[in-house]
Amino acid sequence: MLEFWFFIEVVLNGMFAGTMYALIALGFVLIFKASGVFNFAQGFMVLFAALCFVGFLEMGLPMIVAFVLAGAIMVAWAFAVERFVLRYLVNQEPIILFMATIGIAFFLEGFGELLWGADVHPLDIGIPDGAWFVGPDGVMMVQQFDVSAAIIAGGLVAVLALFFTYTRIGRALRAVADDHQAALSVGIPLNQIWIIVWAVAGLVALVAGIIWGSRLGVQFSLSILALKALPVLILGGFTSVPGAIVGGLIIGVGEKVAEIYLGPYIGGGIEEWFAYVVAMLFLLYRPQGLFGDKIIERV
Amino acid sequence: MSVVTEASDAAQPLLKVNNIEVIYDHVILVLRGISLEVPKGGIVAILGANGAGKTTTLKAISNLLGTERGEVTKGSIEFDGVAVQASSPNDLVKRGCIQVMEGRHCFEHLTVEENLLTGAFTRGGDRQGIQRDLEMVYNYFPRLRERRTSQAGYTSGGEQQMVAIGRALMSRPKMILLDEPSMGLAPQLVEQIFEIVKQINEQEGVTILLAEQNTNIALRYAKFGYILESGRVVMEGEAEQLRNNEDVKEFYLGLGGEGRRSFRDVKHYRRRKRWLG
Repeated sequence: MLEFWFFIEVVLNGMFAGTMYALIALGFVLIFKASGVFNFAQGFMVLFAALCFVGFLEMGLPMIVAFVLAGAIMVAWAFAVERFVLRYLVNQEPIILFMATIGIAFFLEGFGELLWGADVHPLDIGIPDGAWFVGPDGVMMVQQFDVSAAIIAGGLVAVLALFFTYTRIGRALRAVADDHQAALSVGIPLNQIWIIVWAVAGLVALVAGIIWGSRLGVQFSLSILALKALPVLILGGFTSVPGAIVGGLIIGVGEKVAEIYLGPYIGGGIEEWFAYVVAMLFLLYRPQGLFGDKIIERV
Repeated sequence: MSVVTEASDAAQPLLKVNNIEVIYDHVILVLRGISLEVPKGGIVAILGANGAGKTTTLKAISNLLGTERGEVTKGSIEFDGVAVQASSPNDLVKRGCIQVMEGRHCFEHLTVEENLLTGAFTRGGDRQGIQRDLEMVYNYFPRLRERRTSQAGYTSGGEQQMVAIGRALMSRPKMILLDEPSMGLAPQLVEQIFEIVKQINEQEGVTILLAEQNTNIALRYAKFGYILESGRVVMEGEAEQLRNNEDVKEFYLGLGGEGRRSFRDVKHYRRRKRWLG
């Protein structure tokens, strides 16, 4: 019986970790959907947004003000990216846009350090950090922080999914993702769409940065976390918002369960590579992911 | 007052292209002085072979050249009395000039209905009007009603052409620029599509400027035609008159006067006789 509860705890922990991955993956999905570009800079946007937030907090501003200001900076950032980069790359090959996002990533990394320094900033936003004990005699421990993070991430995803599917702007975003020129020809202004999607991705990055930052501290390694989002994306599909969530959950649960139950047999450390192996299998057998748009080929 | 504006409307063509020159990538001269006029409510055809400059002309009018590194370097284009070059494609669609691109360009992953709705993007939140127009499009293309929930990428070429035209119609345009609607479609379907375009022109009062390689069908539906060759207008006239012109028959309609001849003769004849404006 105890073992059963332990298993549940492992799975739950995995799910919480998964929602955190999903949060990062979301930012990628947004930009990929609207411009067909893998935004290499997403991880750095998470770092940059979190740095701004912490920076404002350390200046003594109240949390809500810091959040609004950091959000405003991410929106301004979206305008800047459109004005100085994307505008000149309309109708270019995806690989060229991808290269541009690598440039953006390096710029953002340096710019963030220039503004806020390279120290590790601890972050506490007052999410309760205790634990609940559930089950008979409280055998199972659930971190309150994890639950809050999962709720925030889930809410964000639900809102975005509705936005993409049912609103006029959401439809326009998907149209732009399919065909830039055709979107332009029916009067969808590409630059406005890009600003919107980069701004939304920036806000998602801000939320992800705050949540991850209050767990790990705001530091350079936040940008590396983005690498964890990659297998999530491959699993869930690059173009699906719900896919990012489910992908995150599968990866999160999978790696925790594998670590605990397979670890002892093959020497542990599974958590480090499990996600990438799953991603590779998916690339081999189902490259569009679980929920991604099918690659349509008419014969 | 209204009488006066109507009178001046009739005199003023909806679209006026005045001697434009288009250069791609700063070096490739594609159009060398094209002038044309489209009267309000008319159907006008731009005809010519591959690479004659039909598509470029249309894209210059809808201001879509920018994304292909093309540029109008000389001349002027006026739609509804306002210069086109100063406005973005988005403005132009709002003002009533929309292009249906060659090769249809549907949004593959959106459903048929969502495709149509993207056409109404510039109309903002006018829900009732948009719903009414959706009905109108379905009435012109009943086939689309049946397929409204299918992803556009999985529909047939003919259905995609219908989606593209319907999508343009959803913007409540004054003029549709229709680029090569016959491309890759069975002759019967081409006929059907042209028939619907004609209906749209008559019933909705939408002016049509169409670019076509299929001279035969284009001249049957258009009232006026321009023939392009290497970026110039080499001939223009009433459709009727063009259809009966010996050179048009020979080069574009494939009707040689005196029975069958070897294709070598035709080539030879063509080489001797050049149309240079």
